[in-house]
Amino acid sequence: MKVKTHAEAAEKFIQDEPRTDWHDETLWFVREKRDRSMHGVNEWELLREWASKIKDHTLSNLDNYLIEFEEKAKANGIIVHWAADGAEHNQVIIDIIGENNIQKIVKSKSMLTEECRLNEFLHSKGIETVDTDLGERIVQFRDETPSHIVLPAIHLKKEDVSETFHQHLGTEQGNNDPQYLTEAARQHLRSKFIEADLAITGVNFAIAETGGFVVCTNEGNADMGAHAASIHIACMGFEKIIPKAEHLAVYLRLLARSATGQPITTYSSHYSKPRAGQQMHLVIVDNGRSKQLGRADFRNSLKCIRCAACFNTCPVYRRSGGHSYHTAVSGPIGSILTPNIDMKANADLPFASTLCGSCSNVCPVKIDIHEQLWKWRQLIVSEGYVSSGKKIGMKGMAFVLSKPALYRFSGKAARGFMRLFPFLFRSKKLNPWYRQREMPLALKQSFTEWYKQNKKA
Amino acid sequence: MSAREKILHAININKPELVNLPEVDMQQVTSYDDLLAKFTATLQSIGGQVLGLADINQIHSLINEELTNGHTVLNAINGITDDLNSGQDAITLEPVYKAFIKASIGVAENGAVWIKESQMINRLLPFICQHLIVVLEKDKIVSTMHHAYQQINSFEEGFGVFIAGPSKTADIEQSLVIGAHGARSMTVCILNKDF
Repeated sequence: MKVKTHAEAAEKFIQDEPRTDWHDETLWFVREKRDRSMHGVNEWELLREWASKIKDHTLSNLDNYLIEFEEKAKANGIIVHWAADGAEHNQVIIDIIGENNIQKIVKSKSMLTEECRLNEFLHSKGIETVDTDLGERIVQFRDETPSHIVLPAIHLKKEDVSETFHQHLGTEQGNNDPQYLTEAARQHLRSKFIEADLAITGVNFAIAETGGFVVCTNEGNADMGAHAASIHIACMGFEKIIPKAEHLAVYLRLLARSATGQPITTYSSHYSKPRAGQQMHLVIVDNGRSKQLGRADFRNSLKCIRCAACFNTCPVYRRSGGHSYHTAVSGPIGSILTPNIDMKANADLPFASTLCGSCSNVCPVKIDIHEQLWKWRQLIVSEGYVSSGKKIGMKGMAFVLSKPALYRFSGKAARGFMRLFPFLFRSKKLNPWYRQREMPLALKQSFTEWYKQNKKA
Repeated sequence: MSAREKILHAININKPELVNLPEVDMQQVTSYDDLLAKFTATLQSIGGQVLGLADINQIHSLINEELTNGHTVLNAINGITDDLNSGQDAITLEPVYKAFIKASIGVAENGAVWIKESQMINRLLPFICQHLIVVLEKDKIVSTMHHAYQQINSFEEGFGVFIAGPSKTADIEQSLVIGAHGARSMTVCILNKDF
């Protein structure tokens, strides 16, 4: 099946106007909560600066930090695995499952495992995993993917969740109360936690000097899984490394405030050794990250701490929904990360932006997201990954704009045409611009002509 | 070449020139005059409760009250009782109604408390209990996370956690629901005297 481009998928998303407005307003509400929370911290801008510089330093010494981290982690009794790509990551996990004859698996939110399509892979081998983050469980029941990295089910209304839970958990039909629905999920998942023999989690931060790692959740699902199961596998992209435990202060002050406006997530769990009788595995994954590290224009993207502030502020994300991005990590940050992994398949994503720069302004680690979007566009065009229509249009535009006389003539001609044949411009077939927009009134005069006439007066 | 060598080699070739690690200047970090007031206000704003205790024996009456009501209680506070062993698993811990645990640090800016493995005895306890009661000495409250990390060795034991309020979610239409998978409530008892 052909994957729809962002524009095609977004066109479908916005057909339901009230829902689009709701999606837009809900995410803007989260952005406002972030603003209120941020204004409560006097040294906010300084924190962003430290966060950005600590990551700059870490990226410039990354191999040494990874070696240090591995050594300390091993000394603490953690079994460390390395995976060059998603396939290797999935293989490491299925090997552990096979060796330990694991039957029941619970998984907390990990965008890395989404990136590696772990659930899909395990399913194809006849192994089922239970996602335990409430939003992820909802989308898993619906056979969908998360549409947001922090709020996985933000594309759904409570009526949708109610219907899904009615089908899968036998909740009352038509009971849309979030409290009631959450309680049903709590009861359902408690039994899963207790039965599970393997818990898979992500990693928010890995600390080189201690060999430990931190996992942040509000629900407590990562901990319920990891401390109940006899085996814990934590999966991390290698950019999760920070040098010292004290640096956690900087990132934990920024993360939840940027994500949801909370002063900190309910749980910030620091793991360093398996408990007695438990196996603790850690999988360190590259999957294109080392390549991105080599791209000077784009390596900054590896600083990301996955707060999703750039999603919530983005006017395009808010009005097109996460699924329009057809990648595990969507939104502005996804649009600068995913072309690195597959430039052709994700060539449309850097164009899904107004380049307004709001994403860069809210980023807690100061990634120049909008500039990177613009740089990806240039690279994608020069590699020939844009549609021929766009290519011809851009070339024609460049030709006209570089010749003032031709530009003036074309403007006059276009205005004349618009007055004489307005139906041509109001044809959705002939004029794609008109599909979602009103055409302006064609004036007789250009601005230059008007200015010349009125200058003396 | 193994995945490890391949990855480390690629990073070594592709990493930028070494840049310095910045210093976090504590002079520039907020500190609060009334730590208890800030801690209390923050914790209450995120759904937690704060209770004042004149002495630790009051914990006994809180526990007895629960027992009279027929609830399962686990007390992990050192020096009171030691009726919990680390060998307990999820099935035996699941019925726990209230757990009593001592914390080492409280953070005023975000209402979080630091609990290390030896204080919770079983890692699962603060998460699996229906209600969590944390005892914190008043003079163990610090201003920010920077101050907290200066005082704790966060990886000295196998596990440790900052907990700020009850378990919660807003995954259904951004409606806040308290009591997702972890404790449905969190009460921090502030103790005015050392014990």
